[in-house]
Amino acid sequence: MMIVRLALQSLFNRWVTALLTVLAIAFSVMLLLGVEKVRTGARQSFADTISGTDLIVGARSGSLNLLLYSVFRIGNATNNVTWKSYQDIAKRPEVSWIVPLSLGDSHHGFRVLGTNTDYFTHYKFRHGQSMQFASGGPFADLFDAVIGADVATALGYKVGDKIIVAHGVGSISFIKHEDKPFRVSGILEKTGTPVDRTVHVSLKAIEAIHIDWQNGAPIPGQSISADEVRKMDLTPTAITAAMVGLKSKLATFKIQRAINNYQEEPLSAIMPGVALQELWGLISTAETALSAVSAMVVVTALLGMVTMILTTLNERRREMAILRSVGATPATVLGLLAAEGGLLTLAGVIAGTIFLYAGLYLARPYIDHTYGLSLAIDPPRADEWIKLAMIVAAGFIAGLLPAIRAYRLSLADGMTVRT
Amino acid sequence: MTDLMTAPVGSRGEGVCPPDAVAFTNVRYTWPGPSPFALSVASFALARGEKLLLLGPSGSGKSTFLSLLAGIVAPDRGRIDVLGTDMAELSGAARDRFRVEHFGIIFQMFNLLPYASLVDNVLLPLRFSRTRRDRTLAEGSLDAVAARLLQALGLDRTVIDAVRAASLSVGQQQRVAAARALIGAPQIIVADEPTSALDRNTEGAFLKLLFAQSTAAGASVIMVSHDEGLATYFDRVVRLDDIAVATRGARR
Repeated sequence: MMIVRLALQSLFNRWVTALLTVLAIAFSVMLLLGVEKVRTGARQSFADTISGTDLIVGARSGSLNLLLYSVFRIGNATNNVTWKSYQDIAKRPEVSWIVPLSLGDSHHGFRVLGTNTDYFTHYKFRHGQSMQFASGGPFADLFDAVIGADVATALGYKVGDKIIVAHGVGSISFIKHEDKPFRVSGILEKTGTPVDRTVHVSLKAIEAIHIDWQNGAPIPGQSISADEVRKMDLTPTAITAAMVGLKSKLATFKIQRAINNYQEEPLSAIMPGVALQELWGLISTAETALSAVSAMVVVTALLGMVTMILTTLNERRREMAILRSVGATPATVLGLLAAEGGLLTLAGVIAGTIFLYAGLYLARPYIDHTYGLSLAIDPPRADEWIKLAMIVAAGFIAGLLPAIRAYRLSLADGMTVRT
Repeated sequence: MTDLMTAPVGSRGEGVCPPDAVAFTNVRYTWPGPSPFALSVASFALARGEKLLLLGPSGSGKSTFLSLLAGIVAPDRGRIDVLGTDMAELSGAARDRFRVEHFGIIFQMFNLLPYASLVDNVLLPLRFSRTRRDRTLAEGSLDAVAARLLQALGLDRTVIDAVRAASLSVGQQQRVAAARALIGAPQIIVADEPTSALDRNTEGAFLKLLFAQSTAAGASVIMVSHDEGLATYFDRVVRLDDIAVATRGARR
C-alpha cells in the first residue's frame, strides 16, 4: 500500500493543479450527463403530456404548430374553428367524445383555457392517468375557474379566491377583464404537464368576458355588467381547437382525412403521437450537436489532464530514478503514472456525477416552473454507466501517454538523477 | 506487488559463496541513441566488506559503470557477477528485484521523495524487497528501526518526526539517503558522489557514520568520485581509467 500512498502523496503535493484537473473533468462529465438528462427529461415530459386523445382538431396549420399551441400552450393559434364545424365533428358517429379548447387570455402569465367539464374526465396524461382535484371541484357557476397546481402555488390561491383574467397571453397585460372577476372553484393535483400552469374556465365564461369586446379591444362606451351577461346567450361562435376521442382507433385515419377535407372551413386534424415524432425528428439534429459538443468538452478536459501530467514530468524524473534505484521495475513506474491519470479521471467522473445530481436537485423546481420540464432524478441508466466507464478508461489510456514518456526517460537516465 | 517479494532472488549463487562481491569480466556497454557512449571494462573486482573508492573525472563513464553494476542496464557482452549471480543473464525485471535485494544506492543529490516523510523515504526499498523487510522486522518495528538508523546517522529525533524531506539541508538529505541504502542490510552499498554537495567537515562526518553502519551490517561499499582527497577513508582506491575504456561518438 505504500506505493499507492506515495502516489497519492505525490498528487497531494501538486494538489492545486490536480484539483483544477479534477474540476475540469467533473464539469465536462456534468455537462455530458446533463445534456442527456435534459434530452430524455424533455422527451418524457412531452410524451407524458397527452394520452388517450386520438385526434386534435384546429384551424388549417402545420401539425407541430397545432400540437404546440393546443396541448403545450406554446405559441398561438393561426385561426379559429367555428362552433358549427365543432358541432359537425361532434355529431359524427365514430366520435366518442370531443372537448373544445379556447385559448387567448391569461392570468399573471398563466394561460386561460376555456373548455367544458368533460375536459377534466377526458384529458389524460402519463399513460392514461386522469386529473384529480386537490380541493374544490369543476366549475359550476359561469364565473368559476379551476386552476392548476403551479398556478395555485405560485400565486398562493385557495378555493374561493377572486381572480381577474387579462386579455392576451403576455406575462404583463395592460388590458384586463376587470369588470368580470372569477372565483376559484377547484385546484387540481400536480400533473407535471402544462395543465399545472393553466387556469380553466367554461367556454361560456370566455364568451361572457368578451361580449362587450370587438377586434381584441373593449367597445368604447359599451359595457355589459357581470349580472347582465348571465341573461344573454353565451353560445360561442368559435373555439381554438378540440380534442377528439374515437370509439375505435381503426377509424382514426378515416376521421382525420374527413376533417382535413372538410369543405366549409380549412381544418387540420393531427394524431398527437405522430406530431411528437415529427418534433423529435426536427430537434434530433440539435440534440446530436449538443451531445457532440459535450463529448468534445470531455476530450478537452482529458487533454488538459495529460498536459498537466506532462508538465510535471521533469520534476517526476527524480522520483522515477529513486523508485528505480530501490527496485521498482519500469512497469511499476509506468503503472504509477497511468494510475495517476486514471485516478484523476475517476475522481472527476465521481465529482461530476455528484455535481449533476446536486445541480438537478437544486434547479429542478426552477426548470419545472419556468420551462414545464420535470427532470427525473433517477440513477444513471446502463448506457450512461457505460459512458462514465469509458471516460475513466480513456483517462487511464490518456495517462499512459505521459507514462510512456516517463518510462523512456527513466530508461535513458539510468542511474543519473536529473533535476 | 506480492510476487515481486516472494520470488526467489539470487538463489543460484548463494551456495557457492565466491570470494568477491562483484566481478566484471570483459564487459562492454553502449548507450543507445544518436551519439553513442560506450564503456568497456576488462576486469574489475570488489571484495566482500571492502570499501572502495572509484576515481574518475566527469564524463569518464562513472555513471555508466554504476548503471551496469546496479543492473539498471544490461551489458552488451561480458559477465557481471554480483554475489555469484551473472547480472547479464537476468531479465530486466529480475535485475530490478536483484538490485533492491542486494544493493543500497545513494545518489549525488535529489535522493528523496520531497513530499514523503523521512521514515517513508527510508522504508521505500522494503516495499520491493521481502528479504530486507524481514531482516528489518527482526530488529523491531519498521518505523522504529528506520528512526534508529536515522539517529545513528546523526539526525535528531525532532527532525525525524517533524520534517518533510523537502525542508532538509543537503547534508541531512544525504544522511536520510544513506539510511535508505542501509536499511535491511543489503550486501553492497553504491554511492555516486554522495558528498559532492557537502563541505569538508560534513563530508568526513558523513563518511564515518556511513562506514560505521556498513561495517556493522558487513556490507561492501563502492563509491565513485572525482575527489582524490577522500582516499584516506577507503580500503582501496581504483582509477576508472585504469580498468575501463570509454569511447564516445563512434558506433561500431
